Amino acid sequence: MSRYLISRIGQALVVLWAAFTLSFVLLQALPGDAVLIKFLNPDFGLSQEQIADIRASYGADRSVTAQYLHALGNVLSGDFGYSIQAGVPVRQLLAENLPATLRLACLAFLAAVVLAFAVTLLSTFATFAWLRSAIQVLPSLFISLPVFWLGIMLIQIFSFRLRLVSVINPGPWEALILPVATIAVPISAPLAQILMRNLDAVAHQPFVTVARAKGASRAFAFWRHVLRNALLPTLAIAGVLFGELLAGAVVTETVFGLNGIGALTHKAVGNQDAAVLQAVVLFCAVAFVVITLFVDLASPLLDPRLRSKTGAPA
Amino acid sequence: MTTPPAVTNAFSGRGSGHLDRLRGASPGLVLAWLVIALVVLWAAAPALFTEYSATVGVPAEKLRPPSPDHLLGTDALGRDLFARIVHGSVHSLSGALVAVAIGLVAGTMLGLVAGSIGGLVDDTLMRIVDVLLAVPALLLSLSIIILTGFGTINAAVAVGAASVAGFARLVRADVIRVRRSEYVEAAFGSGGTYAAVLWRHVLPNSLTSAFAFAALQFGSAILSISTLGFLGYGAPPPTPEWGLLIAEGRNYISSAWWLTAAPGLVVVAVVLSANRISRAVGRSTP
Amino acid sequence: MSGTPLLSIRDLSVSYREKDDWSRVVHGVSLDVHRGEVVALVGESGSGKTTTAQSVIGLLPGNGRIDQGEIRLDGTDISRWPSRRLDAIRGARISLIPQDPGSALNPIRTIGAQVGEILKIHGWRDKKAIASRVVELLARVGLTEPELRARQYPHELSGGMKQRVLIAIAVALQPELIVADEPTSGLDVTVQRRILDLIDELRLEFGTSVLLVTHDLGVAADRAGRLVVMQGGRIQEEGPTAALIAAPRSAYARRLLADAPSLDMTVRRQPRPEPIRERDEADDFAVIVEDLTHDFPLADGGTFRAVDGISFRLRRGTTHALVGESGSGKTTTIRSIVGFEKPTAGRILVDGTDIAALHRADLRRFRRKIQLVYQNPFASLDPRQNVFEIIEEPLLNFDKREKDERRRSVESLLDRVGLSRTLLGRAPHALSGGQRQRVAIARALVLEPQVLVLDEAVSALDVTVQAQVLKLLDELQRDLGLTYLFVSHDLAVVRQIADSVSVLHRGRQVESGPVEQIFHAPTSSYTRDLLAAIPGRTGVERARTLSPGSDR
Repeated sequence: MSRYLISRIGQALVVLWAAFTLSFVLLQALPGDAVLIKFLNPDFGLSQEQIADIRASYGADRSVTAQYLHALGNVLSGDFGYSIQAGVPVRQLLAENLPATLRLACLAFLAAVVLAFAVTLLSTFATFAWLRSAIQVLPSLFISLPVFWLGIMLIQIFSFRLRLVSVINPGPWEALILPVATIAVPISAPLAQILMRNLDAVAHQPFVTVARAKGASRAFAFWRHVLRNALLPTLAIAGVLFGELLAGAVVTETVFGLNGIGALTHKAVGNQDAAVLQAVVLFCAVAFVVITLFVDLASPLLDPRLRSKTGAPA
Repeated sequence: MTTPPAVTNAFSGRGSGHLDRLRGASPGLVLAWLVIALVVLWAAAPALFTEYSATVGVPAEKLRPPSPDHLLGTDALGRDLFARIVHGSVHSLSGALVAVAIGLVAGTMLGLVAGSIGGLVDDTLMRIVDVLLAVPALLLSLSIIILTGFGTINAAVAVGAASVAGFARLVRADVIRVRRSEYVEAAFGSGGTYAAVLWRHVLPNSLTSAFAFAALQFGSAILSISTLGFLGYGAPPPTPEWGLLIAEGRNYISSAWWLTAAPGLVVVAVVLSANRISRAVGRSTP
Repeated sequence: MSGTPLLSIRDLSVSYREKDDWSRVVHGVSLDVHRGEVVALVGESGSGKTTTAQSVIGLLPGNGRIDQGEIRLDGTDISRWPSRRLDAIRGARISLIPQDPGSALNPIRTIGAQVGEILKIHGWRDKKAIASRVVELLARVGLTEPELRARQYPHELSGGMKQRVLIAIAVALQPELIVADEPTSGLDVTVQRRILDLIDELRLEFGTSVLLVTHDLGVAADRAGRLVVMQGGRIQEEGPTAALIAAPRSAYARRLLADAPSLDMTVRRQPRPEPIRERDEADDFAVIVEDLTHDFPLADGGTFRAVDGISFRLRRGTTHALVGESGSGKTTTIRSIVGFEKPTAGRILVDGTDIAALHRADLRRFRRKIQLVYQNPFASLDPRQNVFEIIEEPLLNFDKREKDERRRSVESLLDRVGLSRTLLGRAPHALSGGQRQRVAIARALVLEPQVLVLDEAVSALDVTVQAQVLKLLDELQRDLGLTYLFVSHDLAVVRQIADSVSVLHRGRQVESGPVEQIFHAPTSSYTRDLLAAIPGRTGVERARTLSPGSDR
């Protein structure tokens, strides 16, 4: 087990290193001096020496390899460089914006899970066939909605028409209702689709027939045999979902005018602030890798088949 | 062996009849094809559908509500919204096509190489794919846009590049599945060379799911391109790109809600239809 | 037999919905099962036997419905009962032994929990009582260390052990009727016999009736008091086992009996010509295997010896059979012979060539001489090719011939394997299992090989189809002078087709010799076990005593 743990953590570190390298190539090496061209703009009124100083402070005067090693060392010590736009360390920007986005993402994740379960259960257990069919198409509808448009429509309907949620000077929690819904609806769709597909696949397994032949009712067989088996493969997409939550935050924070990582990213791209974008991308990769690692390590607790590698009978 | 003629479902007590019925030429699928056909016609011959210009408006007629003259009303510059949506279709469709083509071609090549060569090449390529899959598609697209700058083509390339990893992983998995199949072994057993077996069996059998995935990606590419347009990274303002239309309409949400609602509904209809068709494509292949 | 039958099916019709159409798969079936009786429902795939059994326990697939008829349990019609009401009798009065034990247990719950569940569902509350009853049941069905088994998960048990657990569940509440749906399909023959013995023993102990659904007439003949033969959703014939086997009245039952290898103890195959020379020479043999050994590396760094010193010779124009159960090493052996695996040690000569010495291009040319036919004709044909392309492909790999000439070769082979030329444009999925296997045989023959390796090539087919394919193989061998290496788990089939046999057990060859010697004077105890496990012998004995005049 410990050998598995070490090799699994090793793999995760390799992915992170590769993510850093890729983002370095894409956002630092390829643009090269492009970012620094900005300082050549006469408006700044910088002298040649000052520009050379800036180049040196960014490390742009050294070879790509030296820059790479320098950047890698910095990232390992938690230094993501300076935001060209804001002129403050990227680390500080991330720290300031992270809590708001994490709160939004966690609430949206909870809401998405609840919504996905509601849709799945209703599509399985609703009394009327037409209702089941109607609910079964909801995920394909949800997945086809542009997130930004959904947000605007929710504001239009719930704030302007129905006046249920205020968007002008709302309370701290009230302000989160619509953004959470905006992210949660599209995220719930793949979750519900996977759940529905797995439930259907597991429901056709012979062991469910055996349970029914024991005299178990439909509901008993569902809760005791189908659900847990159907949930296991759903865990595998947890890491991807978290990434999608952050991507959703980019759009949602922009639509609702909230502060957070998403709004920060939007501004960074608009200002070609590569250091900030690189930090956000790396943050996403780290989050993905950590979540996936956690799921991989937790899976054997839920699935006995993963506990022993040799399934040979005694 | 005793297999009943159709699916066994002892648990639910309800059949797969719902899905079965859709399998034929269901009304939903017909409608989906009609929507796509209409939008393609918009892109090909916008003049057949509207006489208004997409970019030049009549300032006196700004922010008109929907009427027989202006089916979907006019925007803040007095431009006919319906005309803008019709003319905008070419941007969304061509952008999505470019994006899907990039993903399909590049991803399939990567997947084929990784799956058929194996070994170190496979390991290296798949670790890169792992990294790309670890970062959300939107952020990948943004990383490319920050490099290449804004614009319709740039946005399409960025969306396409973000989907390469997904294609690569799918095709590789299929190549490996097909390579392990008995019919491939049988082909080697009857004296086939590596290249012949790859060409006759592995390639055709592993591309099927790539094409079904491409159809699915078409819908999500339209969504992504409109998202980039909305964020302001796509086509520059006078262009009637759908995402941009929604962004522009947003400022008048309280007074002229149709400016946001209509283009959004068009996007939803096209994406729904594309997804519906891709599901039908995926099912009809063996 | 008198009084009310325990189970009485009257005029039962069942349909399945596919798209918007209902297609009827069971047409007016009537049958009785009396108390303590075993009735076997026998038929090939698509005969409606499983659907009939599913109706009895009220677990038809979701798209199935009972159109008409009655299912009376002890006189009460339960066919129209709602599912909720049936829950009370399922498990308690009627229980199920399913097919495919591999997937019939929930993979993430312990054996104990799954056995205890049936008690819990039917009102047992005391946890201690349940736990001790579970251990008792597991011990009763012959599982060693029942306390340990109760704590284990399904993947930690072998197929035979899992089927024992499922039997424990089925008998837990001593039901009046057990529906056993192909309870031993997929299990090795020796395991099959022990499982069927166990069901017999428990049935006698508890006085339970059994409705045994099986495709294997041999199993039915051995175990059932009465047979019900179904075809195409209708009952073709029913009657006491011995009488039905001795003198079947319906044409279908006669064909089924004639085609079932296990019941047909007379060998009608013409023996292959004896060698002309007195002494064997190396050239008389198409394949010579000497001391073949194959090790597989294990995850922990050790090795597993799958094949351990196997030697045999395959005389030209004859059939040699490799017989063994799962894990016997027979598959690894033939994969080495056709050149897909490199053996760890030993020598394989095919037509005098040592294949271990061959390199890529030579190995490719060598493949013309020896061809493999796979067990599963669904997996071994490319779904995207049509019949013509499948059979033509090997020709493209060697000498370039004109398209017309290739077409002629393919067409004449199609005639040879008894397929209509109208099938040339069909894809594999539009063919039946038997047709597919004929296509696979044609593909193997198109290069005019000397040796055909048949890997369980008829095991996946229904008996009547199996008999036809065996007949085809026999004709091809006589006409073309082919040499067969026939791999099978089914001794009854082997007897029909082979001249000589090697019996493999756990990688070792426990016995080898002419087929008659193996069947009449086996020297190893394992071969004797294997022979005793062939289903159908008891049934045939009983039928013989009934009609001494019959030489069936």
